Amino acid sequence: MDFPVRIPIGRWAELIVEWLTENFSNLFDYMKIAVEFILVQIDTLFTWVPWPITIIVLVVIAWLVSGRRVAILTLVSLFLMGSLGLWTEGMSTMALVATAVFISVLFGLPLGIFSARSPKFDAVLRPILDGMQTIPSFVYLIPAIMFFGIGNVPGILATVIFALPPMIRLTSLGIQQVDREVVEAGHAFGCTPSQLLLNIQLPLAVPSIMAGVNQTVMMSLSMVVVAAMIGAGGLGSKILYSIQRIDLGIGIEAGLGILFIAIVLDRILQGITKKQQQALLKK
Amino acid sequence: MAEESSYKIRCENVWKVFGPDPKRIIENWESHKDMDKVERLKETGCVVGTREATFNVERGEIYCLMGLSGSGKSTLLRCINRLHEPTAGKVFIDNEEITALSGLKLRELRRKKTSMVFQHFALLPHRRLLRNAAFGLEIQGVDKGEREKRAHEALELVGLKGWEKSYPYELSGGMQQRVGLARALATDPEILLMDEAFSALDPLIRRQMQDEFVKLIKKVKKTIVFVTHDLNEALRIAGHLAVMKDGEIVQQGTPADIVLHPETDYVTEFVRDLPKIKFITASDIMQKPEKWLVKAGESISSIYNKMDKEYLRFAFIVGEDQRVQNVVDYFRLMGESGIENPDAPPPSNRLSSDFPLISATPNTFLEDLLTEGAKSKIPIVIKNQEDRVVGIIPRETLLTALTSA
Repeated sequence: MDFPVRIPIGRWAELIVEWLTENFSNLFDYMKIAVEFILVQIDTLFTWVPWPITIIVLVVIAWLVSGRRVAILTLVSLFLMGSLGLWTEGMSTMALVATAVFISVLFGLPLGIFSARSPKFDAVLRPILDGMQTIPSFVYLIPAIMFFGIGNVPGILATVIFALPPMIRLTSLGIQQVDREVVEAGHAFGCTPSQLLLNIQLPLAVPSIMAGVNQTVMMSLSMVVVAAMIGAGGLGSKILYSIQRIDLGIGIEAGLGILFIAIVLDRILQGITKKQQQALLKK
Repeated sequence: MAEESSYKIRCENVWKVFGPDPKRIIENWESHKDMDKVERLKETGCVVGTREATFNVERGEIYCLMGLSGSGKSTLLRCINRLHEPTAGKVFIDNEEITALSGLKLRELRRKKTSMVFQHFALLPHRRLLRNAAFGLEIQGVDKGEREKRAHEALELVGLKGWEKSYPYELSGGMQQRVGLARALATDPEILLMDEAFSALDPLIRRQMQDEFVKLIKKVKKTIVFVTHDLNEALRIAGHLAVMKDGEIVQQGTPADIVLHPETDYVTEFVRDLPKIKFITASDIMQKPEKWLVKAGESISSIYNKMDKEYLRFAFIVGEDQRVQNVVDYFRLMGESGIENPDAPPPSNRLSSDFPLISATPNTFLEDLLTEGAKSKIPIVIKNQEDRVVGIIPRETLLTALTSA
């Protein structure tokens, strides 16, 4: 039996996207240039630095923030990734993730602060964030291609859309969870709103904000693989290649490469988050 | 314009109602009066934090707002620096209407004139003590050298010298609250608002902090509004106090007023178990001295007649200046041999007594009067600062006061 009506939302969406591409192509070009610029800087840094130095730097960071065990884990993971012949691709993926995270934090932090301060803004933002997180990530890829063509940039922007919500949410949550009495103390001593934000709310929200960054990193990492479908490079493109050719060997190697990067990034970020929490929550 | 007054802080008819359309509740108070809190919340969506609070705080005194939790004392405190915006009523500090200040002026007031100490300390956990204590000054924009110097002084004042580099979590509760106090004092405010400042501390530490606090405050000369749910604390430190119930001040006065003359059943119940001998003073129970006084130079027979008539065992001989010169003991006055010359003043060997003369000031507490009074049979002489007799407390009165206490 047929439904009595057929709502052509898909058609409407097409029309909107078409209209946007026609009328705002300049804006999209600027965005593309800006994102590309950031990506190129970061990518050059990661691929230009010789691998031993990169490994040493990351191991030292891991040691400082999370201790010896994580440092050893980092060393082993990165070395294995290199020895699978995936160093260049791995660094490209790191650059993609770093760019996406950079943009996510750039927008997520102020949006989170804003939604913590204005319940109205929060009420509007919340369903949008829910939508961003629940719509399957593949769906973003289509408008991304239409706006920005094929390549790294639409991949990064699709990744940002996917990875932004936890950054906004955890920033907002972190600020709202700051002890009421401490905020009151700020008011009682005559803080201006910005003094309150910089001296009390943001520092005390750091553990939550760091948890947001951690999640954003992990979600970016999973999304840059998907983004390979619209031309993003790095390990994702290797995986895509292996799927298209049904080449199990390459697929497993590239998958392991993603895993090693994930381990390194997650452990280091968790270390930082834990340190912040310990500093703040000891009472 | 408000009339000038010498009070540091005045609150006139301050209301704070939380919820939608709070003014309506105030205007129609008569119809909401008899509801209990839950009914009122269901009916109107509003909670009355504080209502019709009127009180005055003298310059340099500690004024306590005392009440159980939910009595609106903390709400009222926050109306003074407008952390809670009063729904109705006026607050004055130094005759300046605080409730009419613009946002900018209010911020200035909070920075310079008032400071606050919080129940759970509200320190900044990511800052070392020195920077915690310097917080208020930092907000004011005082430059680094100056504010660190003053923060040092404030920490030293509260006994935390040498801890400047520590973090708050390394300290015990009592020490953390000292930091809170140092932070409040560092800006050198005229008024300290203290919200259950010692309530989160262990009883022993609390008591010690109260004593130190009273000493400290005498040194720095601040006007203090102190919120507490602990009656003993209020009585120990307050110059005046207000007892609050359901958002309303039910009685205010000095600690002795509250303890000795409770006006409502609620306050009576509150003070029932208190040891009144710690609050009753000599001036509360002393009697007019005339009955016991005889002028210097009066004849033996005149003294004898007076004492006989009043059934007195002891009397005091005073000069023109109302200062006690001597004690007359009825039995010694008569002597074993009787009186030789009844029209002359008593000879010195017939004066004085085997018992020591006990004297006290009108402010002496009953507790001390009892201790002192036990040493002698002579009535206690109450003297003012110029040594003049203002009252007499005979032993019977002392005992009567004890039974009523």
